Amino acid sequence: MAPQVSPLVIFIASIFTNNMILANFLGMCSYLAISSEYKTATGLGKAVSLVLVITAMVNWLVYHYFIVPLGLEYLQFIVFILVIAALVQILELFMDRYLPDLHANLGVFLPLITVNCAILGATLFMVIRHYNFLQSLLFSLGSGIGWWMAICMLAAMREKMGKAKLPPGLAGPGIAFLITGIMALAFVGFSGIFAVQ
Amino acid sequence: MFSMQTLQTVFSITGISVILTLIISLAEKKLNDYGIVKISINEGSREFEVEGGQTLLGTLAENKIFIPSACGGKATCGLCKLQIHSGAGPLLPTEEPYLTPQERENDFRLACQVKVKGDMVLEIPEELFNIKEFIASVEVLDDLTHDIKLVRLKLPEGEEVKFKAGQFMQFYTKPYGKIKEKVFRAYSISSVPSEQDHLEFCIRQVPDGVCTTYVHTVLEEGDDVAVSGPYGDFYYRGDTPTMILAGAGSGLAPLRSLILDNIEKGVTADMYLYFGAQSQRDLYYMDLFQELEEKYDNFHFIPCLSQPDPNEPWDGEVGRVNPPIQRDFKDADGSQIEGYLCGSPAFLASVRQTMVDLGIPSSQIYYDEF
Repeated sequence: MAPQVSPLVIFIASIFTNNMILANFLGMCSYLAISSEYKTATGLGKAVSLVLVITAMVNWLVYHYFIVPLGLEYLQFIVFILVIAALVQILELFMDRYLPDLHANLGVFLPLITVNCAILGATLFMVIRHYNFLQSLLFSLGSGIGWWMAICMLAAMREKMGKAKLPPGLAGPGIAFLITGIMALAFVGFSGIFAVQ
Repeated sequence: MFSMQTLQTVFSITGISVILTLIISLAEKKLNDYGIVKISINEGSREFEVEGGQTLLGTLAENKIFIPSACGGKATCGLCKLQIHSGAGPLLPTEEPYLTPQERENDFRLACQVKVKGDMVLEIPEELFNIKEFIASVEVLDDLTHDIKLVRLKLPEGEEVKFKAGQFMQFYTKPYGKIKEKVFRAYSISSVPSEQDHLEFCIRQVPDGVCTTYVHTVLEEGDDVAVSGPYGDFYYRGDTPTMILAGAGSGLAPLRSLILDNIEKGVTADMYLYFGAQSQRDLYYMDLFQELEEKYDNFHFIPCLSQPDPNEPWDGEVGRVNPPIQRDFKDADGSQIEGYLCGSPAFLASVRQTMVDLGIPSSQIYYDEF
């Protein structure tokens, strides 16, 4: 479909025009649940970006060197999910051993990320759009950064909102949905820059 | 054709799962192997070598040092706080809510969250070394109510347990049914400390509770159970002439121990026991407490039913325990009262608030948070 698109364009596009949250609405559960504090939101954003890149790269290899040659395309969902779950577990062990400081920051988020739809979503987009390795790398990196940016924006606003007087009933998830919707509208403004769907 | 594809699918999924499982176990073996490490306790007064890779709480328990933990290592009770001078690694977000800035400065950590990865230097309060593990046999297993069982354990011949009335023990389950792991939970002792070779507990069936289901459905009289203890700071202080004891459901257990112990020791303080339950079928030990009330002038028993069954006789209080407490003590001097509470977190919070409103200093209200 779009193998000729420059990886750099894909990178920028996946942050702005095709933002995981604000254009595709993927990974909403943790986006809404963990966005009341800026500090934790950044932690989660970093963890999602990291896992997204690693899983997308491994899944790219698995898809091209395992699924396609064996004709197992109809099993790709299960395979991708299993690979993601296994990778997250190994990543956690690895970080605990070699990067204890990073583990202390991101460790609690890792199990949560296993079921984040943005992770599986990025892998599936990459397959549907026939990205090559480099394109996939930059696409997943951009998607991760885009997700990170979106949750940080929401968390920063919600933190400020904590001091504001909100109409009862709107506080909490209600206002978070509204903010997300308005942010998504604002991001529509970017969609003229590239056409990469 | 169809069966070929089915077969292929089955084999592929199995193959993939096997490969991934192998990779994970290999990674775990490689990455989680921290070798033999040395643990030094209380400036070297106790030292031993262990295999790394487990939590500190579990590692210490394997070496017969039992640190109190009510939640079983899930970082929800904060009881397993220890001073770890070196080797604990960075503070984890799961520990943060339980440590004050001062504690953080003094190297306090939660033993259930810290993993043993290298040599460690730590401090453990001497009294924790009194905590012992017993393999006791179930002597009596009896229904107190429709969902609370009395469990009476007999300690092995020649062994004794020294506890203060109100303290709790940890129960270890064996794997059963779908539960593959040994788990432990804390239960208050309901028997008196003077009976040193027996322990009694009142254990309520919690829906889907791993340990309570074990006690209610798997355990039988004559079985062996592992318990460790005693733990906890919930015991009689005796600094005031009046004590209010309030318990709900199986929270009556430690209060029974406290009251019987006080009566045995001839404590003269006035004891008011408020027992909250839902309906008549949730009441137990009624005869015992009513008898005590008749026999001892300083003991008063006030059972309260929130939803009494209209078909059965009931002439006691109706509603929660808070209004009677408020009514009985509204003119009392709060500073002369101690509160002893046991029940669910919601019960503790509401009764505690009622007591604070009556002018009882919060430092004189005691309870264990599970």
